[in-house]
Amino acid sequence: MKQFMHDLLLVAKKDLRIEIRSRVIINQVVPFALLVLVLFGFALDADQKTLRAFSPGLFWIAVLLSLLLAIQRSVSLETANDSLTGLKLAGLSPVAIFFGKSVAIFTQLVFLEIFLTGGIIIFYGSVIEDPTLWVVAGLITALAVSVTGTLYGALASGLEVRETLLPILLLPVLAPVLIGATKAYSGALGETVSNGWQWTGLLSLFALIAATLGSLAYGVLVEE
Amino acid sequence: MSAGKMLKQNQGVTSSPKSRLLGFATLLGLVTLFVFAFFLTDPDVRLHPTTGEEIGQFDAVRLLYLHVPMAIIGPYLAPLVGAVASIGYLIKRTPWWDVTAHAAIEVGAIFCGLVLVQGSIWGRPVWNTWWEWGDVRIMTTLILFLMLLGYLALRRVVADEHKQARRSAIVALVAAINLPIINRSVEWWESRTLHQKSTLSELKIEDLTFFTLMMGIVVFLMLFTWLVLHRFRLGWLEKESLKQEALTAIEERRAVAVTNEEETS
Repeated sequence: MKQFMHDLLLVAKKDLRIEIRSRVIINQVVPFALLVLVLFGFALDADQKTLRAFSPGLFWIAVLLSLLLAIQRSVSLETANDSLTGLKLAGLSPVAIFFGKSVAIFTQLVFLEIFLTGGIIIFYGSVIEDPTLWVVAGLITALAVSVTGTLYGALASGLEVRETLLPILLLPVLAPVLIGATKAYSGALGETVSNGWQWTGLLSLFALIAATLGSLAYGVLVEE
Repeated sequence: MSAGKMLKQNQGVTSSPKSRLLGFATLLGLVTLFVFAFFLTDPDVRLHPTTGEEIGQFDAVRLLYLHVPMAIIGPYLAPLVGAVASIGYLIKRTPWWDVTAHAAIEVGAIFCGLVLVQGSIWGRPVWNTWWEWGDVRIMTTLILFLMLLGYLALRRVVADEHKQARRSAIVALVAAINLPIINRSVEWWESRTLHQKSTLSELKIEDLTFFTLMMGIVVFLMLFTWLVLHRFRLGWLEKESLKQEALTAIEERRAVAVTNEEETS
């Protein structure tokens, strides 16, 4: 277990260190997510009342679109110099690699969510009425999408059409997460009467299944 | 040589006497089903208990004889067969399971698409809408359909045979496991449905209606089996032809090497 945690942190730290040094997240992904928020504003006629009503959904759409970018980055790190083989040769277990990469994406998403929260407060005038629910649902959703994304990133990696294949494979699978997270955030914003905690429960279930399935499947995928 | 060319050279190679018999029986069944569904059964007309006004689905009910069987196969049976075959592949690692999963899911995707289109056509006169957001079954079927399209897109990508089979098996399994969660989430999302709890009880089934519906299910199961069988054989031939291509290429290389060696000596 100690070895496992060590390996996991090693992979996570490696990915995060590369991200921090390349500054892709801060220079490209965060501005992209904010741009999406602004574009929604244009598309919905800049009516703050409408934007406030839709802000939970728009928030998560922005997160999912940015997730695609983050996953593509994460995959390209391993395929660039066939680093994955290097990791395997170094004796790291596939499960540790899987969770390590997931933790790295999770961290980036949490970072992104903080910016987006600021974004919807400033641009859409949203008011968070239940901050606990906001934080818990945000963390669990980030976990659910990062483990699923890591698995699907591996599924699409090394294929010529990776960029176009990843969204069509990943987004339908994340449909229940989008519904759940949007409902949970609607509850946290007090926009609609929805049982946010119940939705957070569903999100946790999804995260649990995705993590279990992902860790099992990742081993099968990296034997290639 | 492409599978298409190969097929041309060996005409009827995806059929066998037994599958031809099944195909013929299916065709006969389809014609009979159409006659029953569109001519022999009555339209759904009921009288309103108080006003005495004519209500019901009228002729639109006839579409249900096709819709119900397709809805059993497309979103339920086919993905189930695909998922079981995918588990089979991950355990056995033989191409048989892989080709079976591909065949079942490809045919399933077609049925899923048809169910959505045909359901929409039926919904227009009966529910007065082409599309109903928040209906659990429609949304679940749509998301499943999109996942199946993703699976087929992955199958189209040129990659190493085993790599592709492994990845496809995982995608099929995730889709199958995710399905109940999608269903639940949509149900909570908009806890209303226009779909009847059971179409059978809603229609106050008479003998002929019930018979036609059951016949529809049997005929469509035959059609599904026939289509999957042929798709499987085609998939198998495709694999074989690729193998043959590789072998021929190796042979050619060898021949060139031998000639070169002879020339130098």
